[in-house]
Amino acid sequence: MPTPIDHPTRRLRVDINGQTFVRDVECRKHLSDFLREDCGLKGSHLGCEHGVCGACTVRVDGQIVRGCLVLAAQADGHRIETVETDTPSPRLRALQDAFIEYNALQCGYCTPGMLMAALDLVERRPDADREAVRAWMSGNYCRCTGYHAIVDAVCAVLDRQRGGSFDVATQEADA
Amino acid sequence: MNHPLEKPSHRDLGADLPAVTEDQRHIGVAIPREGTRRLTEGRGQFIDDIELPRMVHVAFWRSPVAHMRIQHIDRTAAQQLPGVVAVVTGPEIATICKPWVATLAHLAGIKSAPQYPLAIDRATWQGEPVVAVVAESRARAEDALALLEVQWEELPAVLNTEMALEAGTPLIHPELGDNLCFQRQLDTGGVDEAFARDDAVVFEETYVFGRHTGVTLEPRCQIADWNAGDQKLTVHHSFQAPHMMQDLYCRQFGLQEQQVRVLCRDVGGSFGIKVHAYPDDFATVALAMLLKRPVKFVADRIESFSSDIHAREHRIHAKIAASRAGEILAFEIDDLTGIGPFSMFPRTSGIEGNQVVNLTGGPYKHKAYRARLKVVFQNKTPTCQYRGVGHPIACAVTEALVDGVAAKLGLDPIAFRQQNVIPDDAYPATGASGIKLEVLSHEACLREARRLCDYDALRAEQAALRQRGVYRGIGVAALIELTNPSAAFYGVGGARIASQDGATLRLEPSGALTVMSSVGEQGQGAEAIFAQIAADAVGVDIARVRVVTGDTDATPYGGGTWASRGAGIGGEAVLQAGKVLRANILATAAAILQRDVQGLRVLRGAVVDLQTGAPLLDLAELGRIAYFRSDTLPKSFTPELMVTRHYAQRDYPFIFTNGVQVSHVEVDVDTGFVKLLKHWAVEDCGRVINPMLVDEQMRGAIVQGIGGALFEECLYDTDGTLRNGNMADYLVPMAAEMPDIVIGHVQSPTRSSELGAKGAGEAGTAGAPGAVMNAINDALAPFGARVASQPITPEKILRALGRI
Repeated sequence: MPTPIDHPTRRLRVDINGQTFVRDVECRKHLSDFLREDCGLKGSHLGCEHGVCGACTVRVDGQIVRGCLVLAAQADGHRIETVETDTPSPRLRALQDAFIEYNALQCGYCTPGMLMAALDLVERRPDADREAVRAWMSGNYCRCTGYHAIVDAVCAVLDRQRGGSFDVATQEADA
Repeated sequence: MNHPLEKPSHRDLGADLPAVTEDQRHIGVAIPREGTRRLTEGRGQFIDDIELPRMVHVAFWRSPVAHMRIQHIDRTAAQQLPGVVAVVTGPEIATICKPWVATLAHLAGIKSAPQYPLAIDRATWQGEPVVAVVAESRARAEDALALLEVQWEELPAVLNTEMALEAGTPLIHPELGDNLCFQRQLDTGGVDEAFARDDAVVFEETYVFGRHTGVTLEPRCQIADWNAGDQKLTVHHSFQAPHMMQDLYCRQFGLQEQQVRVLCRDVGGSFGIKVHAYPDDFATVALAMLLKRPVKFVADRIESFSSDIHAREHRIHAKIAASRAGEILAFEIDDLTGIGPFSMFPRTSGIEGNQVVNLTGGPYKHKAYRARLKVVFQNKTPTCQYRGVGHPIACAVTEALVDGVAAKLGLDPIAFRQQNVIPDDAYPATGASGIKLEVLSHEACLREARRLCDYDALRAEQAALRQRGVYRGIGVAALIELTNPSAAFYGVGGARIASQDGATLRLEPSGALTVMSSVGEQGQGAEAIFAQIAADAVGVDIARVRVVTGDTDATPYGGGTWASRGAGIGGEAVLQAGKVLRANILATAAAILQRDVQGLRVLRGAVVDLQTGAPLLDLAELGRIAYFRSDTLPKSFTPELMVTRHYAQRDYPFIFTNGVQVSHVEVDVDTGFVKLLKHWAVEDCGRVINPMLVDEQMRGAIVQGIGGALFEECLYDTDGTLRNGNMADYLVPMAAEMPDIVIGHVQSPTRSSELGAKGAGEAGTAGAPGAVMNAINDALAPFGARVASQPITPEKILRALGRI
């Protein structure tokens, strides 16, 4: 049996929440461990490390991914967004507010991944109804809430979006 | 808040009961938990988020088989791997950590064998830790695990509970003489007579409950740090009961309380999984002491599935007798349960079965009851108390029997229950098993559940749809739930598990309020409701209240989170401390203002004139004078602006709650799939502190109950290997499968405390499996088919229907 002593490393340059990180990391390291161990960003969590629970959900170039199923090396030269951003978009901020307002989190361990998945839904499926929200959010496990309040919170933000709440903010952000 | 949203429609319940404080503005109100904002911003601090100087990481080599004798451990190659700090075996750990045997004196005859942090000569379940590898990173420790060479002899495994006590079955602990951990028999007398009555209608069935586990999304984890200079141990632990672990570390390692600090900050789900003392907890502490540096252990998911406690695995033969007039006459159960190779430390693994015996038939007024319980050892992961603890089993058995006999009598399930529950005006009462019931509201809850779900309309719809080949079912479950335990639960049995809790309230110089409670936070909202209670008890706005929990160095001593006791016990301590602090504030104000204390009151952050309401002294000014200008106060007067009060419930062994759940399902009789259409729950947890948080406790608990009823099972191969120890194969409920859940409230406050709150964290789990199983059987009724084995999988439904 070969002795796993020296794992090859690679130098990465990654934009995370608008800040550039340059790090040498083992090629075998997944994105979540890279964010947590090498960048000090503890906001995305590991629940299963095999791509099922969704607690590690982050965005790469605007696309949600499982941080535990993406190698850090694959993120080289790409743009990462996590829930820790200092400049949340109006939609992310509204989701954070709604999660608190509806008590859509209890222990909060799934919440960062849940919020990133919900943000993707709000942006990509503005017409989603309650059933569609339940289906979409099924990629993220929550063991505390029973999901009802999470669905309520996401639906509330979708309602507000349909009511035009983010129109002005969007224009401001674009301007 | 940048974007205030419309407030969710939680009805404030505070006005439904007489107030317990002078100016009650927070208790009973659905106040959002602003304290969770940091969690939405990725700024929580879970154990794996903490990094300490010189910290190393441990990974455990765990037994790959159900039962084995350890023959030889060759650690040479593992030790030589760069980055590896130590490779440590069981006998080395045992030199500094004593073994334990988990029994309780009031569970007569319960026995277990000495258990060590790491297996010494035999490993008795797949997943038992055997060797610890410590390295500079978890990844490097896992690299070294692959270089460890362990030789073992596989031993015969005891898996099947039915075979565990048969002659010829190998003994897991030969010194115990058999594989029996605990047994109990209860007989009120009159049972045979009831079943033999001429007018008796009898229904009997055998119920099976699969093993499942808690699957906290954050796995079990801790960081142990031994400071040799101070001779002090600090343990950061994802846990529910910090003082209990402090006590256990003291006892197992020969330390005293002042040497051990346990910190429990953000805990990523607990549900009872994180209230037990695991072998790897002690091993991690031992490694920190041996290595004199911080050691972090974070279970990965496969370790969680094979080493977190499991629960359930009961087979219960049960029967009920009712008279033709519709009166329940008797229940009888025979329960066999397997608990793994050891009784779990320190709560024991006899409690779940014991609860099934105590609780079966609990809502009803029959007098005749007989129960037999056998708890056996087996070579599977140890089981112990997980959310609901025996209630989901007792409730499902009871309610399935009640539905079964009601159907034989041709009676409506709700009407039959209304006829047989202990009436609301009959309390205090004693149940057939001997349980003392202080004040319950079965009749009111049944009425409210019927109204809430529009029962008659559901029945009409069901009948119409059956004509079209659509099979819907309506399942009802009435339940009782044990909360606010006295020392009768553990203390009388010799376990050093506190049933009392304490709260310290301190008025800060600015007029802010700091609350320190021995009950901590794992997401339920304990800190939030303590802030609500403290704000009202003292008379300040909730925005001025901060709550500190989860630190044995900082908080009063207490039991922590278990048995749905946080609100009822911890909350009462906060209320009492708050009332005394309020009086002390008034005494201080009287001294400052040179006025009679009788003419003053604390109102919304200030001392005001009792008659006119005119503001006299802001609490910030009072704090300034009390803390910084004691020279201006009368010499005989010392302000006491920090108050501690403790509370233990001593009126009853437990304060029971009750509730009714209704499940509405549709069964596809071609595929066996169950669609959960909706779920209703009416609960009575006494005084509700925060209706939104109670609703969310109910919803989350109901979904965990549904998980056990329909999806979750730890599946073992015939050789004792866990087959589905990962999240893809072990099914936990997902958003799409779960129904909307409507919650209703009835409030019958307990008189054992001034606050009147009972627990709300587990009743959802208690009732859901019974309600869902009854709903499925109701849907299958036209086919004469029944299911009685949980999880109720599509395969089991198709077999019941004779389709496969």
